[in-house]
Amino acid sequence: MKLELSAEQKNYQAEFKAFVNQEISPNAGEWDQKEFTPPELIRKIGERGFLGAILPQEYGGKAMDMITYGILNEEIGRGCSSVRSLLTVHNMVSQALCKWGNKSQKEYWLPKLASGEIIAAFALSEPLVGSDAKSVETTATLDGDAYVLNGQKKWITYGQIADVFLVFAKCEGKPTAFLVEKNSPALCVKPMSGILGIRASMTAELHFDNCHIPVENKIGKLGFGFSYIASYALDYGRYSVAWGSVGIAQACLSACIKYTNERKQFGVYLKEHQLIRQKITQMIANVKAARLLCYQAGYLKEINNPNSITETSIAKYFASTVATKIANDAVQIHGGNGCSSEYPVERYLRDSKVMEIIEGSTQIQEITIAESGYQDYLFSTVSTIEEKKLAGRI
Amino acid sequence: MNEIQAKIKTFLGKFFGNHDLQTDEDIFANGLVNSMFAMQLVLFVEQEFEITIGNEDLEFENFRTINSITNLIERKTALLMQ
Repeated sequence: MKLELSAEQKNYQAEFKAFVNQEISPNAGEWDQKEFTPPELIRKIGERGFLGAILPQEYGGKAMDMITYGILNEEIGRGCSSVRSLLTVHNMVSQALCKWGNKSQKEYWLPKLASGEIIAAFALSEPLVGSDAKSVETTATLDGDAYVLNGQKKWITYGQIADVFLVFAKCEGKPTAFLVEKNSPALCVKPMSGILGIRASMTAELHFDNCHIPVENKIGKLGFGFSYIASYALDYGRYSVAWGSVGIAQACLSACIKYTNERKQFGVYLKEHQLIRQKITQMIANVKAARLLCYQAGYLKEINNPNSITETSIAKYFASTVATKIANDAVQIHGGNGCSSEYPVERYLRDSKVMEIIEGSTQIQEITIAESGYQDYLFSTVSTIEEKKLAGRI
Repeated sequence: MNEIQAKIKTFLGKFFGNHDLQTDEDIFANGLVNSMFAMQLVLFVEQEFEITIGNEDLEFENFRTINSITNLIERKTALLMQ
């Protein structure tokens, strides 16, 4: 076992850090307040190949390994969770297409997605359907040479600017995935504002009112939309959010180290107060623990291990919950200043809370992770007779 | 039971516990598996048998029983040999 980045990974990390420090961190507060991501920034991200980070080179992607992709998400997330969420949704759609699209779909869409020529968004959630995602109410009906979509999607990250959406709808009662271009007739994109966190992520509602799309835009077969296609994308989404949460937590820690080193109360710097040191210590330990879980998930992803699905859930669960705790403590340490948009920690707190809700809420993770734990313990092939008796109760 | 069937049954054992899964039994029928199971199954088949599952393999029949998964693996492996 070796826990060390390769020389290539370190070079990438340095590149990502420099990019974020120059292009993202200084402006993230302004984008948050304006609820806007500048097209110029997205163009730069595309030019760097970040939008095709893990697509194969044959489609123009960078073919980064999963650890490097994780570091990219941490660094972008350290600067701005909204911009990191662009990477998340764009890569979720790209990966789902790369895995489950047919040859012509992949050849048509993937090069455009890899270069950033087009932006993709993931359209699963609806006004009445969140965690119970397989129960989507949007419908698709075959009508001649077109599918006709009806229904609504909500909370679609970067929905305002996406060129194409991966939409999940019931077709003949079966969950099915479709690619829908933004200029499709009878598709109305409505911007959403005033959201707690990732406010620059240009979130939108999608309204389909007899929206006709070509039959060739169906991805996979009827009935595979949720368990295979959405699940595959969401696994990549959780991986990105896990690393992005590490980025938020690291940004909080760095802000607190700086602040407590500069501000005096009761005649000494804040860092001299033991209760501050306790919080800083908890932050350091939790950031490192979250990052290690992400490394483990990334390693298992790299070798296509089936356990990577659960380990990614654990990484997302831990990283997002500690990011919220750390951001909460960061605001507390900053006192009144922590409540002001002149300091970034209030944004980190708002963004971290969103990380606990998207791509499977903390509570959904708690259901699936515990279930996996019981399976590991009770259904193991080496389990004892007593354990087998317990297993019989499940 | 051949080697492929045995490996699949061992993997599925984590999800089915004491239940003695038959090679022709529908693994999705009894509700014992959750929404992440399908992806775990795909990853297992890909890693263990060194094949890639893609668009053309997305048929419920390919994943329904130990026998059908075995058939899928044997078909894909035979194609690789050609």
